[in-house]
Amino acid sequence: MPGGLLGIESLDRVEIEAILDRAKYFQPQQAEGRKQMLRGRMIVNLFFEASTRTRTSFEIAAKRLGADAISITASGSSVDKGESLVDTLNTLGAMHPDAIVMRHAASGAPHFLARHLPTPIINAGDGTHEHPTQALLDARTILDRRSSLEGLRAAIIGDIAHSRVARSNMYLLSKFGAEIVLCGPASLLPVELSKITPGVTLTHDIREAIRDADVIMMLRVQLERQHEAAFSASEYFRFYGLRLEHMGLAKPDAIVMHPGPINRGREISSEVADSQRSVILNQVENGIAVRMAVLERILTN
Amino acid sequence: MRLVVKNGRVIDPASRLDAVRDVAIEDGKIAVVGENLDAAGAEQFDATGLIVAPGFIDMHVHLREPGFEYAETVESGSRAAAAGGFTSICCMPNTSPVNDNATVTSYIIERAARHAIVNVFPIGAITKNSAGEELAAFGSMKQAGIVAVSDDGRPVMNARVMRRAMETARSFGIPVIDHCEDLHLSAGGDMHEGIESVRLGLRGIPAASEDVMVARDILLAEVTGARFHVAHISSRYSVEMVSFAKLRGLPVTCEATPHHFVLSDSDMPSYDSNYKMKPPLRSACDVGAVLQGLISGAVDAIATDHAPHPGSEKMQEFEKCPFGIIGLETAIGIALEQLVHTGKITLARMVELFTTGPARVLNLDRGRLTAGAPADITIFSTEHRWTYDVNKSASKSRNSPFHGREFRGGPVATIVTGRVVWSRE
Repeated sequence: MPGGLLGIESLDRVEIEAILDRAKYFQPQQAEGRKQMLRGRMIVNLFFEASTRTRTSFEIAAKRLGADAISITASGSSVDKGESLVDTLNTLGAMHPDAIVMRHAASGAPHFLARHLPTPIINAGDGTHEHPTQALLDARTILDRRSSLEGLRAAIIGDIAHSRVARSNMYLLSKFGAEIVLCGPASLLPVELSKITPGVTLTHDIREAIRDADVIMMLRVQLERQHEAAFSASEYFRFYGLRLEHMGLAKPDAIVMHPGPINRGREISSEVADSQRSVILNQVENGIAVRMAVLERILTN
Repeated sequence: MRLVVKNGRVIDPASRLDAVRDVAIEDGKIAVVGENLDAAGAEQFDATGLIVAPGFIDMHVHLREPGFEYAETVESGSRAAAAGGFTSICCMPNTSPVNDNATVTSYIIERAARHAIVNVFPIGAITKNSAGEELAAFGSMKQAGIVAVSDDGRPVMNARVMRRAMETARSFGIPVIDHCEDLHLSAGGDMHEGIESVRLGLRGIPAASEDVMVARDILLAEVTGARFHVAHISSRYSVEMVSFAKLRGLPVTCEATPHHFVLSDSDMPSYDSNYKMKPPLRSACDVGAVLQGLISGAVDAIATDHAPHPGSEKMQEFEKCPFGIIGLETAIGIALEQLVHTGKITLARMVELFTTGPARVLNLDRGRLTAGAPADITIFSTEHRWTYDVNKSASKSRNSPFHGREFRGGPVATIVTGRVVWSRE
């Protein structure tokens, strides 16, 4: 991956498999202290948008590999003083970090920067576009429980239109021959979604989405975008919230995933979130293993 | 002062002439178009192998003066126009202050008289400050020199205000040009709503936001009898509606920009803001409809919507970048590439789209090579190979998606009132 990791769309299967295999190698060793693969390397985590888990996860992944990691958040930085994105990145680039991990509220912000900067950029979520490491950790989590992604039926439910997690997962699952069902109210589920990658169908009925599903991915209700949905919180939960009563429709060994942070009682009931089916905390664990694999791959190429 | 343009293939749609001729110019006016004219004692321009056409008119340009001189000025914009083969340009009123009164109109005309190397015809605002509420002073602006009214970029949302604008414009014999966009439907959008916007996670500007306004304005044009012109038409249904209006005999016209007939939304390299404009680059199907309109006659003119923005404004997150691209210098090259070399239209039709087409929309006494007419002449080639280098642009801005594009044919010399104001090195 020369030049970093901007999205899943442009990755091929071989590359994805290599990362997922390497992440498996890192899984049990997480607790075993620091490795030295990236000793002496410098990684800057630049978060223009609030994030707890992704930022911490990248920081820990870097440190477990022996790299030095510095985290910068937009508030209190030069961004607050009106510096442009290009100038901020140029300034940081001039300090010669080995990679920049970046989260930004604007779709395409890392892609735009990658065209102007020599430093490899790892996209930690750009607007409503992609969140590649999330899809990789989701795939790792599924593969910890299934032998292959091929033929799996994955339901992605919620505000798909505004979800970078949904897009990255769609690209990844589609590349490996999974069947993807997207579900949400029409205002959050543009019909064009079914055309951006093969194997995708759409439904507005959560029961139809869950029927025979192997994987159920719930998305956070983005409260700031609720006016787009024309749904009140209670109306939303009533029609698109995942509850225990739905689980009987899915495959008996179906798993429930969520990129977090979860809103209990909004898109997922507490009973489901805390049930045996939920792998939400495994996702968090795998986040570190996958990010270690990504950092290692980009920095030691 | 006499100038003879020798041996060019003269294409003058107004007189249906397409033949090798000489064009003699005297005192800034066309003296005679004929064969083997005596050029003794006159300055000569050898146009052998070149096309000699009436001066091209770009009816949709942003000159940014007054107010945004860092992006463009009347002078720099006029130089870019000349380098693009245009002898006349019409500048939109979204300056600062807005051209919504005779004082600003006169200011622009005075700046043009002093600094512009091509003819500049201002377009006045429809409403005061283009705020969409109170009508601007059409009459006094017309006396000061405007040729049309438009709230380009800030379309009049209130249909009643638009109706009054059309009635008033009709009384003064000027057309109403509308940038057709329902701002509620397009709110927050960054590119055409479709597969590409969904794929890229960018907010969409639906074609319907253009179509509903084209429909509204056609209906109002019928009610008021006003001449209504659709700026930068880009969507399939809008082209169909303009065709329909023409079939009904309404005085409805439209223009298309080169970028809307050569690029679609899927041509944008990832998040390149030089591909961000309004209306946005639409689907391949819409591009096809605009091309069809250029062939069928539904589209009356090619206009560039030359919209300069400094690099600092375009070097940002895509959603923060302003809309618009420059286009004066690439228009002829693109028209040849996409329309003529492909055999879609004849050279004569292309010349018409740049001359008699816009002249008719605006009622301008330009765009023809008859004796006594102002000697505005565009000389271009259909063959020479060249590559557009935006860094050598005469414009003050660099926001073009066509940087590095290779063209076959383009402007060679531009003559304004009998004077060669630009020629290719």
